[in-house]
Amino acid sequence: MKVLVAVKRVIDYNVKVRVKPDNTGVDLANVKMAMNPFCEIAVEEAVRLKEKGVASEIVVVSIGPKAAQEQIRTALALGADRGIHIETDEEVQSLEAAKLLKAVVEKEEPKLVILGKQSIDSDNNQTGQMLAALTGMGQGTFASEVVVDGEKVNVTREVDGGLMTVALNLPAVVTTDLRLNEPRYASLPNIMKAKKKPLDAVSPADLGVEIAPRLSTLKVEAPAARQAGIKVADVAELVDKLKNEAKVI
Amino acid sequence: MSILVIAEHDNSSLKQATLNVVAAAKAIGGDIDVLVAGENVGAVAEAAAKAEGVNKVLVADNAAYGHFLAENLGELVAEVGKGYSHILAAAGTTGKDFMPRVAALLDVAQVSDIVRVESDDTFVRPIYAGNAIATVKASDAIKVITVRPTGFDPVAAEGGSASVEQLDVVKDAGLSSFVGEEKAQSDRPDLASAGIVISGGRGMQNGDNFKMLEQVADLMGAAVGASRAAVDAGFVPNDMQVGQTGKIVAPQLYIAVGISGAIQHLAGMSDSKVIVAINKDEEAPIFQVADYGLVADLFEAVPQLEEELKKVL
Ligand SMILES: Cc1cc2nc3c(=O)[nH]c(=O)nc-3n(C[C@H](O)[C@H](O)[C@H](O)COP(=O)(O)OP(=O)(O)OC[C@H]3O[C@@H](n4cnc5c(N)ncnc54)[C@H](O)[C@@H]3O)c2cc1C
Ligand SMILES: Nc1ncnc2c1ncn2[C@@H]1O[C@H](COP(=O)(O)O)[C@@H](O)[C@H]1O
Repeated sequence: MKVLVAVKRVIDYNVKVRVKPDNTGVDLANVKMAMNPFCEIAVEEAVRLKEKGVASEIVVVSIGPKAAQEQIRTALALGADRGIHIETDEEVQSLEAAKLLKAVVEKEEPKLVILGKQSIDSDNNQTGQMLAALTGMGQGTFASEVVVDGEKVNVTREVDGGLMTVALNLPAVVTTDLRLNEPRYASLPNIMKAKKKPLDAVSPADLGVEIAPRLSTLKVEAPAARQAGIKVADVAELVDKLKNEAKVI
Repeated sequence: MSILVIAEHDNSSLKQATLNVVAAAKAIGGDIDVLVAGENVGAVAEAAAKAEGVNKVLVADNAAYGHFLAENLGELVAEVGKGYSHILAAAGTTGKDFMPRVAALLDVAQVSDIVRVESDDTFVRPIYAGNAIATVKASDAIKVITVRPTGFDPVAAEGGSASVEQLDVVKDAGLSSFVGEEKAQSDRPDLASAGIVISGGRGMQNGDNFKMLEQVADLMGAAVGASRAAVDAGFVPNDMQVGQTGKIVAPQLYIAVGISGAIQHLAGMSDSKVIVAINKDEEAPIFQVADYGLVADLFEAVPQLEEELKKVL
């Protein structure tokens, strides 16, 4: 079966994010960018499904500026077969991302679409669910286990109370949580090979989707800083402070 | 303005988060209806009707909603919600699952995880794991919003007297079915709404050592949480993870034990009123946010903490 994986280019999770002085956003100039960590997990899951003989082809898609091709190449180096780059310099919000991905789904007809549960920049946690609704598919969000079984997929989900397993008809959408797998690193030979794998570029217009953001960001501020606290000498002092100074116990 | 709040519950009782979401709805202003969707939810509907500020409770009681499957809830809420100006749900794993489907079915954007209401179309939400706080304006006619419960003080659970109306809309998308669940059993308070939380990290070394934290928790009536590293290592189950991608907590007192204080962890607890850190590394970033820091080996400090607390509690 064909598996489609959506990967997003975001600020590297190790980078200390700084808000721009004019409060229009965060500073992305000369900042290290990388594949969203949840998307790495999505790629890894697809590659494992291929290694198990469940997946036959892995198509990876990213929406974003020209530079997003780096993340597609990374996915190709990790084992994806083919890339699709939906190129745009505009800000793409989750609903539009889902519409663009829907257009790709209609063309490629994958049996399984794997996305990250959340982008670590917008922290939206929306796109997979929106894509599933727009394509009329079932969804297994926040997945910690994915088992394809004939025409169904069983997805174990990380939920507030513990774990929950659902069975979905295929085709279906899965979004990854942290415990689904541990992504591998790309080997140098595979990075070289990835350069020769096919990568098609299309525009949102080619896919018949208009980018029309519904949300506008009025301002972006740094969070209120906490006041520096004190070090206590021992446990007795700690308990005393909690009881008599902070009055929280 | 008319606002539909989707109740958070487990079919038998109303979760406190619903009261926080009603508070967010009050901040927007307008008539507030609450939709209770589930199976055998009579008691939940009754509780919702008593909540302060609720105008009407709508009940969709059907096996199709018993396990809160997003495919079915999404269709239901899109149908019931299309007559409202705002649709709100708590940003827990249930709301995060079905609300984007509602937004997509209504062809509107979703505003995730709001912590403040500026006006009926402008909301404040953390982005980049809380490293930045964005003010966003939504232009769609219907605003689909998930609410971070810690951002809003709950309305009173008692005192209201809303009418209760049964709906007979049954939406079974036929795309998904419930297979099973493993629910963590605990007599301790709910992590997301506990007044005191004590969390352990990789420094705890194994799951057995969490018993030390549990003993302290039981003395204080606290909930027990964990860092991602502790969950990934299998010390404790996933539902205990606090952070950007786990639970968001804002208790009166948060005690971090053997946790370094990575930004993704801070994202889940830095709104706590008082933060205590116990860590043997005095350079650990957690000390930058801690009101009271104790540089010590946790295997000595935690048993001592238990003894000292016994003296004063
Ligand atoms: C996409 C993404 C999402 C993430 N989401 C989350 C999230 O939601 N929540 C989360 O917590 N993390 C999250 N993380 C992981 C985060 O980056 C850190 O890796 C994690 O929080 C580290 O956990 P820790 O502090 O327990 O472990 P470590 O960083 O290893 O720290 C252990 C600490 O224990 C101390 N210690 C060790 N032994 C002792 C002792 N005997 N006595 C006292 N102190 C001791 C050490 O000094 C150290 O400071 C996420 C990461 C990514 C990439
Ligand atoms: N611009 C994009 N390009 C490719 N995939 C995306 C894009 N935006 C979101 N996604 C996918 O949707 C997931 C969740 O994103 P979000 O809803 O923005 O939190 C990501 O982990 C990706 O798998």
